[in-house]
Amino acid sequence: MRAAVTILAVAALASVPLWLRDPYLLNALITTGIFVIGAMSLNLLLGFTGQLSLGHIAFFGIGAYVSALTSLGFDVGLPGDVRLVHAPWPPIAGSLLAILVAGMCGYFVGLLSFRVRGAYFVIVTISFAEVVRLVALNWVELTQGPLALTNIPSIALSLPGIGELTLRTKMQNYYLVLVVALVAYLLIARLVHSHFGRAMRGLMENETLAVSVGIDVTRTLTLAAVISAAIAGAAGSLYAHYIRIIDPEVFAFINTVTMVIMVISGGKGSLAGPVVGGLIFGLLPVALRPVMAPEAQWIAYGGVLIAILFVLPRGIVPSLAQRFIRRRSGAPALASVALTETGAKEPA
Amino acid sequence: MTARSIALTIEQVAVRFGGLVAISDMSFTVGEGEIVSLIGPNGAGKTTAFNVMTGFLRPSAGQVTYQGATLTGLKPHEIADLGLIRTFQRTSVFPNDTVYDNLLIGLHRQGRVRLLDAILGLPGARASERRLRQRASELIEWVGLERRAHDAAGSLSYGEQRLVGVALALAAEPSMLLLDEPVSGMNASETHRFVELIRSVRDRGITILLVEHDMPMVMTVSDRIVVLNYGRIIAEGTPDMIRNDPAVIEAYLGHGAGRA
Repeated sequence: MRAAVTILAVAALASVPLWLRDPYLLNALITTGIFVIGAMSLNLLLGFTGQLSLGHIAFFGIGAYVSALTSLGFDVGLPGDVRLVHAPWPPIAGSLLAILVAGMCGYFVGLLSFRVRGAYFVIVTISFAEVVRLVALNWVELTQGPLALTNIPSIALSLPGIGELTLRTKMQNYYLVLVVALVAYLLIARLVHSHFGRAMRGLMENETLAVSVGIDVTRTLTLAAVISAAIAGAAGSLYAHYIRIIDPEVFAFINTVTMVIMVISGGKGSLAGPVVGGLIFGLLPVALRPVMAPEAQWIAYGGVLIAILFVLPRGIVPSLAQRFIRRRSGAPALASVALTETGAKEPA
Repeated sequence: MTARSIALTIEQVAVRFGGLVAISDMSFTVGEGEIVSLIGPNGAGKTTAFNVMTGFLRPSAGQVTYQGATLTGLKPHEIADLGLIRTFQRTSVFPNDTVYDNLLIGLHRQGRVRLLDAILGLPGARASERRLRQRASELIEWVGLERRAHDAAGSLSYGEQRLVGVALALAAEPSMLLLDEPVSGMNASETHRFVELIRSVRDRGITILLVEHDMPMVMTVSDRIVVLNYGRIIAEGTPDMIRNDPAVIEAYLGHGAGRA
């Protein structure tokens, strides 16, 4: 049943470029898709370990800059009269490096901040994102600062039998994002259903008990942070090679907030949640633009968010899934009632 | 006490919270395969002693050794890896997960596979997963909770949650089990079943240290009892010796001693 829904959803998404010819809408779908990947990676931390990273865009932005710089090349002076020169590499190498570097940053941020959890983790992640933004803004020799990195090459794939294929059209990029999103989705699904995922859930629900059965807190949380950051880095790399111009504004706090909204509205801790929430809040501005004045658009955006959280407080996917199950069994499921009750008591 | 080899040694352990002395000077041992109870009035330092033994609290002085390894300074999960597993007074389950999933989480120590194997779903990881599911079902059956296997653990009665807590601890494959007030909140028949359960745990060769207020239960199940009052040990011996010890009667059992 669940597999059928997933296959249908993927088929529907794959068919979009075949009937949707409007480049403006296709563009909106691609950027939304990139942000959905970011939201999925945030959900791994927020939904499955309970840690709120409010600097998540840092990993996305680092991925974007690493990917762009690797494929553009650079020549910067370091202290002690050393010059660091890098000749342009193929974009695909930039993407791999972006994943690697973002993952490493996730490791260090995780290692630092999981010693202090909860509110401290939130503060550390915000600070980290802000520091990275300031570096991108001020290290002009490397990043061009506010002048932005431009002419970032599109991703090129070398396919056996076909030769090199540079992904220039919107349709090609749409499928690239879809494939990366699917891989990220499957990776997260496998992870949370493995014994690593159970360790994460155990820590979120009852840390003392989890530790007493031998679960290593730091290791488990750091692992989640690394994978989450690496996926965010992959999304950032897609962004850089699709938009082809990036500036320090990519690190803006509002981008993290958008991802948090996508996760919370869709349903944190559910695999499909960030996808559903991401599609709604990624495409809502596009849908509102032709029918409303700019000021009214944001009011409507906020209104929709409040309405969703009011009617479906646990997020769209978990709430609807629960209703569906209840209707089928004909009686309210006791287990899920207890679930919401204990969930409310959970300390932040 | 016969010539059992010693499993756990507590040596001159003291715990102070600022000016408050929770444990002043505590030394005792637990032999392999023994059932020892730690009793004493509320606030005597029993749970504090548990927290020291399992690494949740660092003692101000003294040390704890288990099967030759010094535990002082180790993290709780490292102590769990040595086979010393505890249960908790209140927070004994993962409330939002089903009983079955609780046990799968508890089987963490048995399910360690490489990350990549798990993500790619390689045969090794899949076989390990099958073993875990098999073991989780066995444990549920063993504590008699088959009917509640697919209910959220948080929706179970307190007595049932205690059983889940013990099954969780057993899932971690302990060589020694520390039970913190396991029968509080259980009725007489549940307690009776629980005593049977503890005995069968011991028959598997698992050493047991018990903190409990239910005197009849302690007297029935223990090989030896250690009595704690105001952070120090005031008596130690077999249930019969403790029952007749004037210091214990005065400090703790009071007029209830005759009944016990």
